[in-house]
Amino acid sequence: MNTHMKSWFDVGSISDIPRRGARCVKTGTMTVAVFRTADDKVFALEDKCPHRNGPLSQGIVHDGCVTCPLHNWVISLETGRAQGADEGATLSFPVRLEGIASSCR
Amino acid sequence: MSREKLVVIGNGMAPGRMLEELFEKAPGLYDVTIFNAEPRVNYDRIMLSPVLSGEKAYEDIIIHGDDWYRDHGVTLHRGARVSGIDRVAKTVTAENGITVSYDRLVIATGSLPFIIPVPGHQLPGVLAYRDLDDVEKMLDIAKNKGKAIVIGAGLLGLEAAYGLKRQGMDVTVVHLMPTIMERQLDPAAAYLLEKALTERGINIITKADTKAILGTTRVEGVELKDGRILDGDMVVMAVGIRPASALAKEAGVAVNRGIVVDDGMMTSDPSIYALGECAEHRGTCYGLVAPLYESARVLADRLCGGSGEYGGSVVNTKLKVTGINLFSAGDFAEGDDREEIVLRDATAGVYKRLVLKNDRIIGAVLYGETADGPWYFDLMKRSVPVTEMRDTLIFGQSYQGGTTLDPRAAVAALPAEAEICGCNGVCKGKIVDTISAKGLTTLDDVRAHTKASASCGSCTGLVEQLMSITLGDAFNPHAVKPMCGCTDLGHSDVRRLIMAKQLKTIPAVMQELEWKTSCGCAKCRPALNYYLVCDWPDEYADDYQSRFINERVHANIQKDGTYSVVPRMWGGMTSSSELRAIADVVDKFEIPAVKVTGGQRIDMLGIRKEDLPAVWADLGKAGFVSGQAYAKGLRTVKTCVGTDWCRFGTQDSTGLGIRIEKFMWGSWTPAKLKMGVSGCPRNCAEATCKDIGVICVDSGFEIHFAGAAGLDIKGTEVLGLVKTEDEALEYIVALTQMYREQGHYLERIYKWAKRTGLDEIRRQIMTDTEKRQGYYERFVLSQKVAQVDPWSERVSGKDKHEFKPMSELKLEAAE
Ligand code: SRM
Ligand SMILES: Cc1cc2nc3c(=O)[nH]c(=O)nc-3n(C[C@H](O)[C@H](O)[C@H](O)COP(=O)(O)OP(=O)(O)OC[C@H]3O[C@@H](n4cnc5c(N)ncnc54)[C@H](O)[C@@H]3O)c2cc1C
Ligand code: SF4
Ligand code: FES
Repeated sequence: MNTHMKSWFDVGSISDIPRRGARCVKTGTMTVAVFRTADDKVFALEDKCPHRNGPLSQGIVHDGCVTCPLHNWVISLETGRAQGADEGATLSFPVRLEGIASSCR
Repeated sequence: MSREKLVVIGNGMAPGRMLEELFEKAPGLYDVTIFNAEPRVNYDRIMLSPVLSGEKAYEDIIIHGDDWYRDHGVTLHRGARVSGIDRVAKTVTAENGITVSYDRLVIATGSLPFIIPVPGHQLPGVLAYRDLDDVEKMLDIAKNKGKAIVIGAGLLGLEAAYGLKRQGMDVTVVHLMPTIMERQLDPAAAYLLEKALTERGINIITKADTKAILGTTRVEGVELKDGRILDGDMVVMAVGIRPASALAKEAGVAVNRGIVVDDGMMTSDPSIYALGECAEHRGTCYGLVAPLYESARVLADRLCGGSGEYGGSVVNTKLKVTGINLFSAGDFAEGDDREEIVLRDATAGVYKRLVLKNDRIIGAVLYGETADGPWYFDLMKRSVPVTEMRDTLIFGQSYQGGTTLDPRAAVAALPAEAEICGCNGVCKGKIVDTISAKGLTTLDDVRAHTKASASCGSCTGLVEQLMSITLGDAFNPHAVKPMCGCTDLGHSDVRRLIMAKQLKTIPAVMQELEWKTSCGCAKCRPALNYYLVCDWPDEYADDYQSRFINERVHANIQKDGTYSVVPRMWGGMTSSSELRAIADVVDKFEIPAVKVTGGQRIDMLGIRKEDLPAVWADLGKAGFVSGQAYAKGLRTVKTCVGTDWCRFGTQDSTGLGIRIEKFMWGSWTPAKLKMGVSGCPRNCAEATCKDIGVICVDSGFEIHFAGAAGLDIKGTEVLGLVKTEDEALEYIVALTQMYREQGHYLERIYKWAKRTGLDEIRRQIMTDTEKRQGYYERFVLSQKVAQVDPWSERVSGKDKHEFKPMSELKLEAAE
């Protein structure tokens, strides 16, 4: 995937997402979870836990991670990678803030 | 080549262990046949007491399941008592006619309980305490509550008494000697034990000699030699055991008290061995498993050609009565050549006594605090001189400093095959390897993975030492278990500090208590949120983002990301209009599954998150509110039909259940809370395995608590009896509030109660009126803010963002 193949999409305003929470963006082919941390950083991951496809958007957000609601795997918001002893990663997408939250695919 | 035939008579704990060792050392060496008089597989006999008290089920105590016999090609004849051994033909014959020939024979018939031959000893209702059949007979009689008399206050008698008491019987123990358990305890410890048992409601009569058992068609009571008459529906005789050696004797094998064996466990016939309680080794017959397991290992070795020798054992005793800690080992009689060291702590109820001779421990009695038992026992068995640590010896192992005295050195020096946990037969090597391989750091983990110290727990000290040797400083057995990786504080400390420092927000807690992470984690945040909601009901605003998804969207997440919805059906009652409304909702939203739950209500599963508010709106129109099947709060109050319909009902159990549910739903609790109200002791609402339960009786309402029927199974404890429905509600509410204020997050009532002490809870709720009313009022205050139906709130727009995606991209167009 080359950068020039991608374009940015306007997905909404940061104020739509609760702090330490997430909202979903449906793309037609997949659901992307857009997270907002306590310090207003925004990240985007495919809404699919590497373990058994749990919806990460429904998890508890803490520091730079989200805990999956199904079996408590902890996933890094930045890399999409499972933390600790668990192995696996979900897709992650760059996000740009321009007063609005944007995600790219 | 045909294999040698090994026949074993008796399928108890000793031969079970011997065969395990044998199959490990030399799999397939013998063609093995076992005869068992009991109609079952090998189970953990020492765990019969927890089965009797209801703390465990038979399934939990099976040692070898059917698979084990199949996997090792063992033929097991169940319910087949061997009636004769023909040593010339080398065959054994069972009562059911099966005859099998042997090359080598192991007699492991265990012991027979001794029944005092007083008049009436054959009446139905006079029971021994030896096997599962005995336990089942006791439980059967205990169903009708009534009175039990236990003769003999030794280990078995007291465990039986405790179990029967737990089953709701009125229990009296009669004992011949002036103090109880006199073979294991000195009078001081016996006094403390007797006091503790009496406080648990068990009557103990010492210096009481049984003259006769009374009754015509079945037991009605016991007459003592001093003329006293005790009523009883059951008599349990636990006055001692005799080695079961008759079979061997008839076959002409040398028998003294038990079947005489040499150091290789061989009897007078070189093809026949004896093992377990039926054997007599160097003049001693053992009655505890640890020594039997030692000799089992020797016999296994001999059977595969080894030359192992059994040199006899020193034994120790623990009493398996929940909440009573007692350890005794060795010889603790007084004598001129002996010294003793005694420690008493009256407030803590601790008594410790060590008996020394020639600078070595020869006896130990510990009451109240027994953690150091295994350590003393080890020093005793290895005859270690204690001169240098004499001053601090009584304080236990953790007070011993210096390298030479490091008790861990002893454990470190043990060979890998040294057995650490006698109950589960786990050796040192296995524990150490598992700790390293699996990266275990807590005792609970080690128990889960190796079973070491998971049965009677007496080897916990040793297991902790092994953990400390393997993990070094990373292991500290005395450390409080921290809430999570974000803090070193445990739940109790955090709760205490929230009140003491008047902390009222999550950031305040994290700041003041020096959290190590910036905003906590998925373990501590929900816990803190709960503590704050509970402690400051009218000031603290619930932190939505610290709640688990189910509690945020008021439905239960399913494995495919859809949700399930469970409306309340108060006390399990419903109506045609409610059912019709449910049917309509199911059709309208194409809900794929509808199920009657285990909680007397209906679950609709597989609902899309986006549909939740609309589903709730329709349900709300029919009068439904959220059943909070997701909440750490009141879930269900199961009821039975009670006086409304049932011919046995004594009170309006349905009405009371509904009243409790309507009054108590709403406020969050540390973990989920489930209740039940049964209209009579037949208990059709299963109230005696709930967090809180009520059994209605003619004279009022018996309030129960601390039951469990999930990951653990445990019958409830009785809180007390109250006369009116109003009182029942008040006491239940007060109990719930006490739990709300003290429980650790995710700790069910039975675990909290165990930590807090049943008696303390009874005292505060049943006898301390002021305390009770305080709790009641604080619950009512909390309900003011908490009793808001979360569904209707969301139907009217709250948390709208939860149920809708932020945006839907038209990607095809953009690309
Ligand atoms: C629906 C139901 C099964 C059924 O089809 O009957 C059920 C379903 C679940 N139970 Fe249960 N339990 C249900 C009755 C029970 C019962 C029986 C009872 O309540 O009489 C028990 C044993 C009693 C008890 O509570 O301990 C029970 C013991 C558990 C446990 C073990 C709790 C424990 O501390 O031992 C869990 C796990 C937990 O809570 O951590 C659990 C967890 C669950 C969860 C929430 C698992 C999860 O986290 O997703 C299941 C949710 C499914 C759903 O979305 O509805 N469920 N669960 C029952 C709902 C009752 C209701 O009307 O609210
Ligand atoms: C309630 C209770 C609590 C106990 N608590 C403890 C404790 O806390 N700690 C401890 O160390 N010990 C405890 N013990 C003692 C311990 O259970 C025994 O020491 C141990 O079970 C003895 O093992 P065994 O193999 O010799 O005999 P058993 O386990 O008694 O097995 C003998 C088996 O042989 C069968 N049998 C007998 N005759 C025949 C025959 N002719 N043909 C076929 N089968 C026959 C019997 O039916 C029985 O199943 C307790 C015992 C009881 C009853
Ligand atoms: S027992 Fe309960 S938790 Fe387990 S699968 Fe069934 S519903 Fe789920
Ligand atoms: S699906 Fe996420 S932890 Fe299992």
